[in-house]
This record gives sequence, C-alpha cells and structure tokens, in this order.
Amino acid sequence: MRQFLTFTRKEFYHIFRDRWTMIMLLAFPVIMIILFGFGITTEIQNSKIAIYDPSKDIATNNIATKLEISEYFMLEEYLDTPDQIETKFKEGKVGMVVVFGERFYENLLHTGEAKVLLIADGTDPNTASTLTTYASRIIMMYQQELLGIEKLPYSIHTEVKLLYNPTMKSAYNIVPGVMGMVLILICALMTSVSIAREKELGTMEVILVSPMPPLLIVLSKVVPYFVISLINFTNVLLIAVFLLGVPVNGNLFSLYFVSIIFIFVSLALGLLISSVTDKQLVALLMSAMGLMMPVVMLSGLMFPIENMPIVLRGIAQIIPAKWYIEAIRNIMIKGLGLKDIIPELSVLSLMAVVLIAASLKKFKIRLE
Amino acid sequence: MKVIEARQLTKRFGNFTAVDNISFEVEKGEIFGFLGANGAGKTTAMRMLCGLSKPTEGYGKVAGFDIEKQSEQVKANIGYMSQKFALYEDLKVWENLRLYGGIYGVPKKEIDPRIDAALKQLGIEDEKNTMVKALPLGWKQKLAFSTAIFHEPKIVFLDEPTGGVDPAARRQFWELIYDAADRGITIFVTTHYMDEAEYCNRVSIMVDGRIEALDSPKNLRRAFKADNMDQIFHQLARKAKRGEN
Repeated sequence: MRQFLTFTRKEFYHIFRDRWTMIMLLAFPVIMIILFGFGITTEIQNSKIAIYDPSKDIATNNIATKLEISEYFMLEEYLDTPDQIETKFKEGKVGMVVVFGERFYENLLHTGEAKVLLIADGTDPNTASTLTTYASRIIMMYQQELLGIEKLPYSIHTEVKLLYNPTMKSAYNIVPGVMGMVLILICALMTSVSIAREKELGTMEVILVSPMPPLLIVLSKVVPYFVISLINFTNVLLIAVFLLGVPVNGNLFSLYFVSIIFIFVSLALGLLISSVTDKQLVALLMSAMGLMMPVVMLSGLMFPIENMPIVLRGIAQIIPAKWYIEAIRNIMIKGLGLKDIIPELSVLSLMAVVLIAASLKKFKIRLE
Repeated sequence: MKVIEARQLTKRFGNFTAVDNISFEVEKGEIFGFLGANGAGKTTAMRMLCGLSKPTEGYGKVAGFDIEKQSEQVKANIGYMSQKFALYEDLKVWENLRLYGGIYGVPKKEIDPRIDAALKQLGIEDEKNTMVKALPLGWKQKLAFSTAIFHEPKIVFLDEPTGGVDPAARRQFWELIYDAADRGITIFVTTHYMDEAEYCNRVSIMVDGRIEALDSPKNLRRAFKADNMDQIFHQLARKAKRGEN
C-alpha cells in the first residue's frame, strides 16, 4: 500500500509540476466545451438579410415585416437595383437576399401565382439551407394567413414539434460528444504518453527491477488520470448545465456510473497503446490519430451515424465513444434511467473487461 | 560467502542464443566487472540475474534466492542503476530518494536520516530541494547510485554507470563504489571503459554470449601477456563473430 501511495504521489508531482500537462489536463476540456458549446453552432439567430422589392405592395411589406420580427433575421437594408445583390454578398454583409417579383400582390390575387426568390451564400451550405428553410416557412405562414382571409375550404397546417430539444439548441447534441472526446483524450492519451515517457527515460526499467508488483505499477500510473477524469467530467457537466443551459433530465448517479465505465475503457486503451511503443511521440500520435479522430468523425458527435455509408456505420459500432455518447444523450437529455440503456452499458462493460484484460496481459508479457 | 551464483545460464530468443551457457560466482563485498562488446550478451545476462527475464536453461542464485522461482525476493535484495541514470527530472533530489525508499519499503522513520546521510556523503546537502534536472551530469550519476543503494541492498547491479561522464567525475564515482563495497555491498558492474576494469577485484569478459575470460585483472594480464586490460579485451573481441548489436 505504501509503495502504491508513494508512486501515485510521484505521478501527481509529474502532473502538477509541468505547466503544459496541467493546461492539457484541466484547461483543455473546459476550452473544448466552451468552444463547441458556443462557437460551433448550427443555430441561426439575427442573420442579416437584404430585400430587393420592386413591388412594394401590401403583400411584400407584410412578408418583410414578418421576416424582420422573427428571431432569425435582421433586415440590413432594401436594395435599389438587382445589381447590388452580388456586391452585398461579396462584401459579406448579408447571409441571404430576398427578391420579390414585380407586381407581387396583383399577381397573387389574379393569377394565383407570385414569385419570390431566396438567394443565400452557398459557401456555407449548412447555414444557407437553414436560412432558406426558415424564410420559406415564414413566407408559407403568410400564405396561409391569406388563405384564411380568402376562406378557402381546405388548408393543411403543418406544425413541427421537436422532442427533448424544442429550441433546437446544438449544445444538446454537442455536450455528450465533448464529454466522450475529453475523457478519451485525458485517459488514453495522457496515460499512454506518461508510461511511454518512463520507458523513454529509462525509469520504467528501474521500477521493474524493484520489488513493486507490475499490477501495482499499472494501477499507480492510472489512478491519477482516473481522478482527474472525474474532475474534468464534473467541470464539463457544470459548464453544460449552468453556462450552456443543457438540462440533466436523468439521474446524476447514472451519468457518473456510465462515465466511470467509459473511463475504464479509455484507460485500458491508453495502457494498450503504451505497451506497443516506447516512444512518447508515437504514443501521442497513436492516441490522437487512432482514438481522437474516430471519436470526432464516427461517434455521431459531428455527423449522424445513420447517414454514413454502411462500412463506416459498421466501424462506428466498435468505437466505445459512440456507445458512451448515446448513453449520455439518453440519460442527460431524454431523462432515461439505467435500465433503458442496458444495451449501451453492456457493450461498454464488455469492451472494458476485454481491454483491461488485454492490456494487463500485454504489460506482463513485456516483463517475460 | 557467495552472493551470486550462475550455473550454465542460457537465454535464447528464437534461434538466437544471446547468453550461451555461462557459469560464475561472485563473493560478498566483491567488485565484479562484467565486460563485453555491445551485443555480447551482458545486458541479457544481467536482466536474468535481476529477475527481469527468465533463463531458457540453467540456474542462478542471487542473494541466496533462485532467480527463476523467487524473483520477488531477488528484487527486494538488489539495487539497480541503469546507464540512463534513471532519476525523475521533475522531482527534487530528496524526493527521488524518498520515492525509491518507499518503493523498496525502507521504514518510514529511517527515510529522512538516510536521505541526509546520503546527501552528506555526496557533498550535495545544499541541493536537497533542487530539481534533478538542474543538476550537472556527474552529480546526477552519483545521485542515481545513491538511490540504487538507498535501501541497503546486498548487491547492486550497475549497467554502464559511467557512460558520458568526464574522467574526473568517473574517479569520484568509483570512490562511491569502493565505499559501498567496504560496507559489504557487492558490486556487479558492466563497463566499456577498460581503465575502470582495472578497479575491479575480478572481471569477466563476454564474447558472443560466452564468458571467455574470468579472473583478477592482474592474473588476466599475466595469462594474456598483456600490459593492460584494453589489449586483453581487443584480443578477445577480435574473435567475435557477431556484429555490433
């Protein structure tokens, strides 16, 4: 026990005495969640638009007002000529231009057909399509109001209701993803690098010659990162709740329970990596490329797994973070309990057991 | 009293025989030099004696314990210093000593007095709170030796302990070695500095995994009709069929 405590204390010294390790361990997760939570957002609010309106009649005015009072748009200016449209986009002043046809209201009443053109900046396709969707919806609403006035016998009202995330906040989706990423990063990357460092410096050899049992060596290397991971998880959770306004609908205990299993998986991955290499740099690259990239790309954090080609969808199934992120979403956002995430829990537990067994075996083999 | 006993120790990796049937004994308090070119099998032999690697064939006893069956007891009774002076650079001088004291189970109340004694012996009492990375190489080397014998082991294994250190620092280092030997600690040292081989009580010279010569430096010089260890070493090393590494 004293061996273990002495060695663990040493490990904490390594962490606390290196500024970059500290930044990496404690500041990085906070920066991540804030960046992802605020910066990378697919929400549209107060986007600047311009309007070219040769008609200037009651209908176009109405639509313009509706656009302006919606929370999505802010009317930058009315354009005088169609030539100005491109200039405005090139200056980057507006995200969308609404162009009404001539004699809009007249056409609408007499021919039953009026034209409006929505031009958006396609260099950012996501934003462009969101903007045009919102604008179309607002125009549709106006159309329905008109229909109401004309008292046509049929009308279909479409209402969209988004469950669990009614305001379409992207933080709801991002937060569980960032949690998965941060835990993988802290546990796997830092553990593998710190073990590789001891091998590189030759201290590992001296420790192996000592009477300290290999299992104890592994444990003392891993425990500090386990503790720091829990601190980080708590930090991210606090920021998510109090700063990003993401609710914790489910049980807090369940959240920690799933996270601890995922931390075990990540730590074992770190151990495995460190048993393959003796070089810090290799360990770093392997963790970054081999673990971070799949987590970002294939776990559903950035891109929905359902839309992936079948091969990638298959690969996504063996990525631990995919199961973890799903479980966290279920508990945190949907408010489900442990018994509703049994599939995710089972997969993660199985992964943890297999990986821990494999990494311990590898570590022993190296000792012969 | 014999503290190291090797009987037909052999280690094979696949078809490659790294250590080929070596036998020798080391007495308590002796300074035993273990020489050989790179790739001759020194490190592999030493790893077996330290309980890090299991012999393919043969038998060995260190500090009275079987190296294969009682490797834990072997480990508790030996000290080890590698050629990299494996100290933790971001720990203070005394923290390094305390760490190894803790790992080897030195009683808690003995740790502080022993740290002071060790630092006094090295003449670096003022550096107690200095980070190891700020120490000059020669001091690191001496500190690494002190950590290796901090728990008063029966035997200390030194793997090329003087690599990269200047001659003056090497001489000071050998004074530490003599001092430890006087206290009854057996020294098992590998080196490729032949002048250092002269400081040993007895030396063995390994070539291609086998021990080709084993005696006191004086007797070896006589047997090989050589003026110094360097000539003997080159005579033997020329027979080597294995390349470097």
